[in-house]
Amino acid sequence: MSGATIGFDDVGVRYADADGDALRGVSFDVASGEVVAIVGPSGCGKTTLLRTVNRLVEPTSGAVLIDGVDVRTMDAVALRRRVGYAIQAVGLFAHMTVAENVGIVPSLLGWPRDRIDRRVDDLLERVHLDPKRFRDRRPRKLSGGEAQRVGVARALGGEPGVLLMDEPFGAVDAIVRAALQDEVTRVVRDLGTTTLFVTHDVHEALRIADRICVMNGGRVEQLDAPAAILANPATDFVRRLFEGARA
Amino acid sequence: MNYLATHPAEVLSLALAHLELVAIALAIAFAVALPLGIVAAGASRFSPWLIGALAALYTIPSLALLAVLVRWLGLGATPVVVALILYAQFMLVQGVVTGIRGVDPAQIDAARGLGFSERQLMVRVALPQATPVILGGVRIATVATISIATLAGYVGARSLGTLIFNGLTLHQNQMLVAGSVATALLAICADAGLRALTRLSEARLR
Repeated sequence: MSGATIGFDDVGVRYADADGDALRGVSFDVASGEVVAIVGPSGCGKTTLLRTVNRLVEPTSGAVLIDGVDVRTMDAVALRRRVGYAIQAVGLFAHMTVAENVGIVPSLLGWPRDRIDRRVDDLLERVHLDPKRFRDRRPRKLSGGEAQRVGVARALGGEPGVLLMDEPFGAVDAIVRAALQDEVTRVVRDLGTTTLFVTHDVHEALRIADRICVMNGGRVEQLDAPAAILANPATDFVRRLFEGARA
Repeated sequence: MNYLATHPAEVLSLALAHLELVAIALAIAFAVALPLGIVAAGASRFSPWLIGALAALYTIPSLALLAVLVRWLGLGATPVVVALILYAQFMLVQGVVTGIRGVDPAQIDAARGLGFSERQLMVRVALPQATPVILGGVRIATVATISIATLAGYVGARSLGTLIFNGLTLHQNQMLVAGSVATALLAICADAGLRALTRLSEARLR
């Protein structure tokens, strides 16, 4: 399954209970198989932008397109099964085993049992968790890093064309974090899954993204390859954000 | 205690009648409380009103409520079952609402983001996680229902309360004590059984 394209067309979001816009005039395209990091300070709208893709947030203006199709025209539940979703808090289902967690989207999609089993084993191996040891484990028995891996494997369960990750490596220590970044990047590149991930860590963005989308105050400040952002920051904000990462 | 020893068949038969009343009432009560609690858990404006109303209902003295129900429904088991259903709502709905509200928000967000429908989210994530708390409500409601069901004896339905009220009328203390002790034993057994079930359901989450 190759990656889908994502298009943001003048996307704006205004929450009913807040003054000011959470997002204003966000427009950019993500190519099939591309890995794009969204960075910026907290409250800059990066999580909101991510959540417009699977319609957990509905834009108040503009449109989000997957493979050229406006996501609003799709059934939200069907759309989300095609779009992988992994979050910092992981949210593994505590009453299910690791295998049941990873196989949950295929099971919602109605795959036959043996195809789900093969998919689960394949994904667990890809995130370096021995299926024999981990399949039947409960989430409570996993370390932080193991849980994050299962979270990413679960997000990829239904062979999604798009993977959304919100601070997926946030809750682990620095060494585990670096290993996870490399492994997950390798997995999504092997699978060709178009990946959008939110992080507040510019080093993480520089390390694994093809392009970085720098956001501030609900707007895109700059969208470019890591080297280009370091060499030619478009605004003072971008320069300050990446200061110290230049070495 | 002598009465228990001399009339085991009668006590057993009344205990079974008592359990039947309780089981029917709790089954209907739960079938009402579960959807009510699910709706209330998702509606933060409506739920305080609902819980408040059910709590108010719970404070009505049971004999008074039963007297009113008997005027409508006549004597026998029906008014008792209806009263038990009404009383149990407060504890059952409270358990369902508390259980669902207590589910880890990250699991809810993940489920929604992965493409669970709202119904699947409830059936496959929220309710399984909320089960121990819901069972806690069921346990409290069961014990209360067993105790209130003794009032059946007052309005002509068979239960262990029959021994209590007959004992009172006939000045047969042994009969009264037998009814009370048997009721207490039922409640203690039900409580222990449901505690064990709650522990089992908790173990599934670890």
